[in-house]
Amino acid sequence: MLELRNISRRFADFSLQDVSFLVERGDYFILLGESGAGKSMVLETIAGLTAPDSGYMFLDGRDITCEKIQNRRIGLVFQDHAVFPHLTVGENIGYSLHSARLSREKKHAKVKAIANELGIGELLARRPGTLSGGELQRVALGRTLIQEPSILLLDEPLSSLDTRLKGDLRRLLRAIHRKGQTILHVTHDYEEALSLGTKIAVIHKGMIIQSGTPADVFHHPKSEFVANFIGVKNFFPANLVTEDQVVFAYICNNIRVRIVTDVPGGEGFILIRGEDILLSTLPVETSATNNFKGIIEEIVPNAGGIDVTINTGIELHALITRDSLEKLGLRAGNTCWVHFKATAVRFIIN
Amino acid sequence: MSTRFTSIQLTFILLGSLVLLFIVAPLAGMFLNTTPAQVFETAREAEVRDSIWLTIYTSLAGTLIFSVAAIPLAYLLARKNFPLKKLVTGIIDLPVVIPHSAAGIALLGFVSRESALGKMGSAFGLNFVGHPSGIAIAMAFVSIPYLINAARDGFSGVPVRLEKAALTLGASPRRVFFTISLPLAWRNILSGLILMFARGMSEFGAVIVVAYHPMVTPVLIYERFGSFGLKYARPVSVLFIMISLGLFIVLRWLAKEKK
Repeated sequence: MLELRNISRRFADFSLQDVSFLVERGDYFILLGESGAGKSMVLETIAGLTAPDSGYMFLDGRDITCEKIQNRRIGLVFQDHAVFPHLTVGENIGYSLHSARLSREKKHAKVKAIANELGIGELLARRPGTLSGGELQRVALGRTLIQEPSILLLDEPLSSLDTRLKGDLRRLLRAIHRKGQTILHVTHDYEEALSLGTKIAVIHKGMIIQSGTPADVFHHPKSEFVANFIGVKNFFPANLVTEDQVVFAYICNNIRVRIVTDVPGGEGFILIRGEDILLSTLPVETSATNNFKGIIEEIVPNAGGIDVTINTGIELHALITRDSLEKLGLRAGNTCWVHFKATAVRFIIN
Repeated sequence: MSTRFTSIQLTFILLGSLVLLFIVAPLAGMFLNTTPAQVFETAREAEVRDSIWLTIYTSLAGTLIFSVAAIPLAYLLARKNFPLKKLVTGIIDLPVVIPHSAAGIALLGFVSRESALGKMGSAFGLNFVGHPSGIAIAMAFVSIPYLINAARDGFSGVPVRLEKAALTLGASPRRVFFTISLPLAWRNILSGLILMFARGMSEFGAVIVVAYHPMVTPVLIYERFGSFGLKYARPVSVLFIMISLGLFIVLRWLAKEKK
């Protein structure tokens, strides 16, 4: 368990202010924020690479605020991997075993086991210069995991990878988490947050402005910044099913939406942007394949336009202009039709 | 790349060629005025052989002994900011800019029997003046900036993140230095060591003040020139240049192989 209490640190042009959060054992905790929000700084402070001006940090009940870096039992995977270029993959992974009282054979077996688990068992004799970005990321992960850290800190681990590799690495991270590893993962990508996190904290200008489960944060953004930053209020856990070559995402209560995706099936989340939802007062014929009737629950102006909440069995948020609102004469309590295209629905596999 | 040259490039080529000629011509002249038989004959002289061997091992010893302290200093300069850092950097470059005979005079006062260091040496039966150890000190004095500067550049080129990563992997600062910083800066350090060694071997001014005898080769060349003239100084010069060049080609090649 990792707890940060009122961590503050002032730099020339930036400061962390009263950063507090709690990562419990077994959590996959996501620290979500724009670039420059102070995410990496928080990780470096936890790892001990920069010291806070004030505040406390506790790991498994032990005060680590002033603990030496090498004694913290915290694993940090850097955004650019920071794999040692002059050592082989095997030497990189085994670097932290130096002080362990293990025989050469046992050390080698441990390195081999972790490398196999990460799918890089064949690369042990290779030099980092000859590896791809995805492979380097796995070396960095292996090197950190072999120390069996109390908590694994990941700094934007997916940012430098292409889409296919991202999928592979997400599966790997989930597998590592399922084995019981507590993870604190920093990202600017809400999809990553949804896909992986069991808890989310949103950081902005060096301050934690909201934290909670993904559902708390995404459905009830506490500030306009969070709402805008996350951008998507329409997100639902869903089960993907292909019927007669048409893909449907089943949300609770047997509500299903049509969707266009390469993913053949499985559990995950669907996302629909508010801007992509059309409203009408009559059941009009459009090219949209998802059409639902619902009751308007709330009409709230916000920075991007008017946020209309419609209950169709699930709560959908449509973002429309004031002109459209007046033209259609929408009022809370009225019945209206909701339309969106199958291509407007994004699926994130879990 | 275009193979056609503009007029300004042609001018540069012409000027550059003149510089190359300026370096090569005197050396070539000396080599052409010396027959292989003369060089061979000189190489058979015990005095010459002893002097070349003395030059090589004193410079090597000076380089290796002083590197033990110079490399950590270079690391500090690359990684830490401290008061008067600019002054320290300036002090390190001093031996390059002061006249080497003046450096020799300064060193003589520092290592003579009356000095603290000299007295310490005398206690162990060692007199630096006129001794190979004094020669090594003089050589190291004038050539150590080359090692420190090269090593500092090498350490500066090692990403701090890699050192931080090693710390988070449980390594002590000492282990980080020996397993990450030093190996990654090694190419620069090696090139600094070779440069320091080479510069030490060619040193004349500071060495002749501290130790006329035993004679390092640059002093021997000077002595033969003074006593017997140009003709007698040439074969030793040619032999010494050949051995120095051979040595550095081999060292550079070894350094490259290691890379």
